[in-house]
Amino acid sequence: MAKLNRSPWLLHYDGSSCNGCDIEVLACLTPVYDVERFGVVNTGNPLHADILLITGGINSQNQAVVQQIYSQMPNPKVVVAVGACACTGGIFKECYNIHGGVDTTIPVDIYVPGCAARPESIIDGVVKAVGVFQEKYEKYVSENKERKRSS
Amino acid sequence: MTEQETMTAPGGLIEEIPVQDLLPRVIEKKIANWRLCQICAVTLQGLYELSYSFADGYEFHTLRLVIGSDEEVPSISQVYDCAFLYENEMRELFGVHIQHIAPDMQDKLYRIDTKTPFAEKRRG
Amino acid sequence: MAKQTVVPFGPQHPVLPEPIHLDLVLEDETVVEAVPSIGYVHRGLEKLVEKKDFNEMVYVAERICGICSFMHGMGYCEAVEHIMHVDVPARAKYLRTLWCEMSRLHSHLLWLGLLADAFGFESLFMQSWRMREKILDMFEASTGGRVIFSVNRIGGVLKDIPPEMLRDFLKRFDDMGADLRRLTRTFLDDYSVNERLRDVGFLTKEQALSLGAVGPMLRASGVCYDVRKTGYAAYGDLEVEPVVSTIGDSYARCQVRIGELFQSLDLIRQVGEKMPTGPIAVPVKGNPEGEFFMRCEQPRGEAVYYVRANGTKNLDRMRVRTPTFANIPAMLQTLKGSQLADVPLLILTIDPCISCTER
Repeated sequence: MAKLNRSPWLLHYDGSSCNGCDIEVLACLTPVYDVERFGVVNTGNPLHADILLITGGINSQNQAVVQQIYSQMPNPKVVVAVGACACTGGIFKECYNIHGGVDTTIPVDIYVPGCAARPESIIDGVVKAVGVFQEKYEKYVSENKERKRSS
Repeated sequence: MTEQETMTAPGGLIEEIPVQDLLPRVIEKKIANWRLCQICAVTLQGLYELSYSFADGYEFHTLRLVIGSDEEVPSISQVYDCAFLYENEMRELFGVHIQHIAPDMQDKLYRIDTKTPFAEKRRG
Repeated sequence: MAKQTVVPFGPQHPVLPEPIHLDLVLEDETVVEAVPSIGYVHRGLEKLVEKKDFNEMVYVAERICGICSFMHGMGYCEAVEHIMHVDVPARAKYLRTLWCEMSRLHSHLLWLGLLADAFGFESLFMQSWRMREKILDMFEASTGGRVIFSVNRIGGVLKDIPPEMLRDFLKRFDDMGADLRRLTRTFLDDYSVNERLRDVGFLTKEQALSLGAVGPMLRASGVCYDVRKTGYAAYGDLEVEPVVSTIGDSYARCQVRIGELFQSLDLIRQVGEKMPTGPIAVPVKGNPEGEFFMRCEQPRGEAVYYVRANGTKNLDRMRVRTPTFANIPAMLQTLKGSQLADVPLLILTIDPCISCTER
């Protein structure tokens, strides 16, 4: 696991989830599983967030909302799709109102399977997301340095 | 079983009534302080079956309407305020023609893309 | 007349675990009207009856909502069992009742934690969810799953609880009683909780009945109605007394739910004493034909399961009228005349489950 100087902040959004994965995400933030020991903190504000955890599939009502949250998050950012519905649409893939998983709307970096995804898998996904975030951050910093040098 | 016994039996009593009797029977229920439990629709070959369920204590009584797909049904939202959610849903998902729902959400309760998805069956 | 402004609330909000949008019409800081805009969680799963057969629909019913999952699966199974005249064995009924009451306990603890978090009472949120983890451990030991168990089937249940495991569970529930009392007293006696919840969000008995409210919302307004008294599953053999309050404000709704926590502990003890031996399922052959309205008492209130079958393996209709769907008109009524700052709390005191509402 990469070592970070700063602790990334998590934002959780429920697409069209049944709540199973959402309460497992919240369970990760509470005692017993406690993802805060890895330095991640839960925030309610997209402008403060680095990692976006999305549960549930995408339908036309929440497509614009998800895109707006994604665009409000500052770069670098990482998206984690939690649960079978967020990965592919899950058991509801054939429903008339579901387009599919989160990657039909925004780019996804990490997929966490399960129905409902277990807290252990979610923490594993978040830890991998922290690693991806570190890579993106280093790339972002070096690209900015290049831009400053050339301007 | 008497009617009273059927209403307290599991599943309650289901009674089919003609469309013109809907409002008078619903008003009777309201005066007798019955609670509106649920309203749902089923699509059968070219017909809709609407079930209006009421509860009083542990008694359960469902009034059933069988109507054609183009027939109009009066709204009961003037009698039972909470009926607006069920009736808006039936109109948006099934295409049942319900008149004068208050408030009328203009088919924007769920705001779905597919028009009246339950209006026809697709065997799959 | 004061100027009216419209403030959008949701779908993404720190206090709301689920997306719901309300347009709040305000005069200064007082809410005059709340106009709901839902559909974010609408999947249209009731139409899956055309694609999946009646046995597979148990898995779809369970996934209507992750919190109320077990009872959705059970309500659907009981509706089909009534249509097919299946005699579910007594042990299966008792096991279902045990899991139902455990579901109620974990759901109310979840709600208590979220409500405390909305107050800023984060330590109470952590404590109640830590207590909830003990119940989830028991779910995992007995069914293999923490939130979605897939243990219901038409004709009974899929897994049994061996006697040693049951004895261990009963001991753990006994130990939980004292901790629960301490936790709930901290919440109910707290000065800020009393200030913010008492005399706020009134719903009279007449309003509750005419707006079709169910569950703790109805019982906190003085109506003594609990579907468990109709005796489905094993409730006919147990003593169930509905927990009722006559005050009708938000504090009363909290008191009713907290009272139900202790009622569930008592019911679990009764189930443990009376659990019979025997098979846990019966084989079911053929396809259902007929219709049935099944009613269950979910943690949030009365849920109605309507199943209509035509003799083939695909049902004509599965319709679930969930408790939050019935409570929304009552919720909109309690919001009228409230202050903007109280809106998140008022919404949480009805214990909303939007994925249940929208299916």
